[in-house]
Amino acid sequence: MRNRTVKVDYLARVEGEGGILVKIKEKSITDVQFNIFEPPRFFEAFLRGRHYTEAPDITARICGICPIAYQMSAIHAMEHAFGVTVDGQLRALRRLVYCGEWIESHALHVSMLHAPDFLGYQDVIQMAKDHPETVKQALQLKKTGNELVALLGGREIHPINLRVGGFHRVPTHRELKLLADRLNRAREAALNMVRWTATFPFPDFERDYEFVGLRHEAEYPFNEGRLVSSKGLNIAVSEYENHFVEEHVEHSNALHCVLRERGPYFVGPLARYNLNFDRLTPTAQEVARAAGIAPPCNNPFKSIIVRSVEMVYACEEALRIINGYEPPARSMVELNPRSGVGCGCTEAPRGILYHRYRVNEKGIITDARIVAPTSQNQKTMELDLRHFVPDRLDIPHERLTWQCEQVIRNYDPCISCATHFLRLDFDGT
Amino acid sequence: MKKEKKPKLAVWKFSSCDGCQLSLLDCEDELLTIADRIEIANFREASRQVLRGPYDISLVEGSITTPHDAERIHQVRRASKFLVTIGACATAGGIQALRNFKDVKEFVSLVYATPSYIETLNKSTPIADHVFVDFELRGCPISKTQLIDVLGALLVGRKPTTPTYSVCVECKQRGIVCGLVAFGPPCMGPVTQAGCNALCPSYHRGCYGCFGPKETPNTSALASYWRGLGMKNDELLRLHRSYNAYAEPFRKESEAHEK
Repeated sequence: MRNRTVKVDYLARVEGEGGILVKIKEKSITDVQFNIFEPPRFFEAFLRGRHYTEAPDITARICGICPIAYQMSAIHAMEHAFGVTVDGQLRALRRLVYCGEWIESHALHVSMLHAPDFLGYQDVIQMAKDHPETVKQALQLKKTGNELVALLGGREIHPINLRVGGFHRVPTHRELKLLADRLNRAREAALNMVRWTATFPFPDFERDYEFVGLRHEAEYPFNEGRLVSSKGLNIAVSEYENHFVEEHVEHSNALHCVLRERGPYFVGPLARYNLNFDRLTPTAQEVARAAGIAPPCNNPFKSIIVRSVEMVYACEEALRIINGYEPPARSMVELNPRSGVGCGCTEAPRGILYHRYRVNEKGIITDARIVAPTSQNQKTMELDLRHFVPDRLDIPHERLTWQCEQVIRNYDPCISCATHFLRLDFDGT
Repeated sequence: MKKEKKPKLAVWKFSSCDGCQLSLLDCEDELLTIADRIEIANFREASRQVLRGPYDISLVEGSITTPHDAERIHQVRRASKFLVTIGACATAGGIQALRNFKDVKEFVSLVYATPSYIETLNKSTPIADHVFVDFELRGCPISKTQLIDVLGALLVGRKPTTPTYSVCVECKQRGIVCGLVAFGPPCMGPVTQAGCNALCPSYHRGCYGCFGPKETPNTSALASYWRGLGMKNDELLRLHRSYNAYAEPFRKESEAHEK
């Protein structure tokens, strides 16, 4: 009889604080935990009593890597509550700023957090010594994403220019045109990123996932669409809470989210890609096929290629929007705040992010609910570990531990996000 | 010639959104140069490798919200020669310090899943409430420029150039029309420390105070000016109670409008 434990106390190269525990008895797994010990911050509690205009700025503070996603979900939820639709150039600018966030977040994950695993480096700085040009190119790609967010949002982290109804200030034609050159170069860099990541050694690992994501009638999804899955789910965003439920488990400061009907599911780039391949640009489709990941792709390790493909798409979509840009006459649409409930769901870099607010007649938030992508993936991540480890018990311990970390990093988990939708608890001190 | 030993840098996280430490990775043009001059010895978000302390420079992000973290910050202090707190969470308790103003009993009466699984303190407090802090960088998030300036300053042994004057000075430097006077959105600029380069005013929006109180801010004078323009107590309260709510001048001003 042989007992083994794979344990990572503090997982590196992810956003936030979490650990892994896999207990093995003889040949079978007895326990698997993706442990989240990041302290809860109770956003949903202190959103109560705040003005609806504050929700985008406050919820941005949940995550420093994907603040646009929080702002967009909050803004769309409020507009839903008020019965307002934002279209035309303002809508296009929202897609544009989201392109920026996908580029910066994906470039960060692909090059700095994930690629070092495949090539056996501790971090990007070490990797840069052997792959200087690739790393420099990745940094420039990331920088271009950040510049896009900074131009439209004011700054990269916790942008200040997005508001319910539109923007505080819209960019001039010239400001956007200046970015076109950089985006063209970024597009080349993203294409190189796809080709480069496609050469990585990938563990032979596939599972039968239920992929969940937004699907829009004409576009690769950012802010709008129906919620669909690879196993037949097809609902409006407002039906989210009828189909998804959260569970609280002891080892985690985040809630686990499951589909009421079928259990764990998978959100994020791989899900979006499998559900919306036909909505990608021809270049993005072509480079993905050439990289050997024609959908369906069921190997989560290959999400690194998919992120790169999404960067190609984001660069091309950004260029398309910039080329068709005419500054709108007004920076925001007229709002008539009223009491009601509104929900919004957008595609954060890591997958669907759901917000729901109740607002009173004075525009004050009386109830808030936020479901972050990582909490939705948490159960799937644990199941991946449960399936991944048994076939690999003969790998040296250190190597197996590293691969288990990789299983989690495949999801680009954002632990700070996942933690914050816990309600409240005090030790009474 | 003997190769000079590089100073060791550590980055620590407490309760936060990770945005301020991300600022270091967002220095795309400077990152490799920084790594050339400074040994990144302990930075979990960026590397699996952890070198042992002591560390010449520690950047501390986040506020103290759990009993465990209240212990851990002392270990960080002991392992650090120069400790710099980065961002509103570390310097003022952050947005999560909004809990500090609530009646605990009222909170506990809310329904939650299984409270016994979670351990948390009833206040979110800045790092300086627990250990001695050598330097602080304000902002939610911090400014990349200020971060690079501080690292550079420490490397060559000069004083960082972080200003303590108000956002108004930056507005004047940039030639931005004063919104407070011209069209009147509530702007916290007069009482907020500079560092953002008057970002919100440059986007036609009033400052909302994410860099925290400036040196000697006259918050009550500004509040009474706003009151003259018809602002109500609840609005004044919310304005002072956001990302730096627990910083003393903002805290006191918000409490004055709580009645």
